[in-house]
Amino acid sequence: MKKLLILGAGTAGSIMSNKMRKCLSKNEWSITVVEREMKHYYQPGFLFIPFGYYRKKDIVKPESKFIPKGVDLVNAEIENIDSAQNRVTLKNGTSIIYDILIIATGTRISPEDTPGLKGELWQKSIFDFYTIEGAEALAKYFKTWQGGNLVINIADNPIKCPVAPLEFAFYSDEFFSAKGMRDKVNITYVTPLSGAFTKPKASKMLGSLLEQKNINLVSDFFIGEVDNTNKKILDFGGREVPFDCLVTIPLHVGDTVISKSGLGDEFGFVKADKQTLQSVISKNVFVIGDAGNYPSSKAGSVAHFQADILVHNILSFINDKPLTATFDGHSNCYIETGHGKGILIDFNYTTEPLPGVYPMPLVGPFALLKETRLNHLGKLLFKWIYWNILLKGRRLPVTDYMSMTGKIQN
Amino acid sequence: MAQKTYAGITVDVNEEGYFTNPAQWTKEIAVEIAKEEGLVLTGQHFAIMDFLRNKFIGGEALSIRSINHSGVLDVKTFYQLFPGAPLKKATKIAGIPKPVSCI
Repeated sequence: MKKLLILGAGTAGSIMSNKMRKCLSKNEWSITVVEREMKHYYQPGFLFIPFGYYRKKDIVKPESKFIPKGVDLVNAEIENIDSAQNRVTLKNGTSIIYDILIIATGTRISPEDTPGLKGELWQKSIFDFYTIEGAEALAKYFKTWQGGNLVINIADNPIKCPVAPLEFAFYSDEFFSAKGMRDKVNITYVTPLSGAFTKPKASKMLGSLLEQKNINLVSDFFIGEVDNTNKKILDFGGREVPFDCLVTIPLHVGDTVISKSGLGDEFGFVKADKQTLQSVISKNVFVIGDAGNYPSSKAGSVAHFQADILVHNILSFINDKPLTATFDGHSNCYIETGHGKGILIDFNYTTEPLPGVYPMPLVGPFALLKETRLNHLGKLLFKWIYWNILLKGRRLPVTDYMSMTGKIQN
Repeated sequence: MAQKTYAGITVDVNEEGYFTNPAQWTKEIAVEIAKEEGLVLTGQHFAIMDFLRNKFIGGEALSIRSINHSGVLDVKTFYQLFPGAPLKKATKIAGIPKPVSCI
């Protein structure tokens, strides 16, 4: 019996366990998934929590629901990955020998890496919304907040769901308007990028939306430290932005076990080929989703598009054939812009988000790079799709490779 | 596709002046672009630009925080060498595309 071992049962790991179980014979291959957190959060839902649009119970389900029959789900922390010996050791002392390893350990925030960020104001007037704890603490804070300077700061890229901070800004505008206190809240969006976005067409469009919504933009700001006493964030160039409430998107790093096992780059992201998804360290180790050092978005849609490529390449690898499937960096996402509207963007390693339409049978087409109500509904519908289709490795009526169909180039 | 001439060599650039073909870059060209940006290059500038070029050619994403791991200098010094928006300036002078965020 051969062993396929998957580390992590988040979006990428769950999809892969479903897809691989369908195409590997149960007589020849056993599949094991190791995961430390037995609750599966619908992470796009974190954005909705601070505003009270969702509560925790709306976005969490037991992990076991998404792992198919015939796959062993092991609840444990990983101690070490020894790729030379094809062995993964768990914190509980057991070890697992594999024939093929899929690393899907994701990424996490690391507020500790910015001096002062996790200081005395942490979860008092400094919050994150990338964890359930942070999002819930912020929801509680917003309920009674009297207003002032609301600063949204991205420490540096890469971050998970790179449009979420913008959506947060748009939702803040909607939320405080609805509360009748928008005039008391001064919203400032502080980013290390040179605009709302770097990809030119999307940046222009989103930048003008910030302006329309009276949200200040501070660009090229790379945070160096947080001054807790004077409630300011400071960049390395000496610029300062004062805050009353700071919503931070801290630095992101890979799982600790990656660096500890010597598999990662300086931030703990596994070094792997951005097209074949095979790790550089060992031919029988593959990487999917946020855990990789790919220059693509860290987002569920990317993991979803990568999954079919990875299935194809793992089967080729098993059959001693060259890895011919290549990932093009395809990503797409709905961007909530508030007041019942949203934008959809679709792009890859080489093509920036373009206007036009995104075809989808039954519910689509969705307008690209344009605010519509249908895009907002698409985002809401997506939660159902995530739980019922995406995680279970079922087919969605969209292509893995980015398609130019419907897009307008000039 | 736009072109520009630096130090007697014609190179391909995009509308913002960033190289589209990093292989066309030379140190002499870098000195010329730096002048446009009001900078005089030192050994430290070249050391960090080498780091950025190698990372780019290796297919890795560039970020300001990776500077702390360059073994060459820290972010604070990086800001002093390329004031304002250091990564934007450094990549332009180093003849590599402007880093795109991984949106």
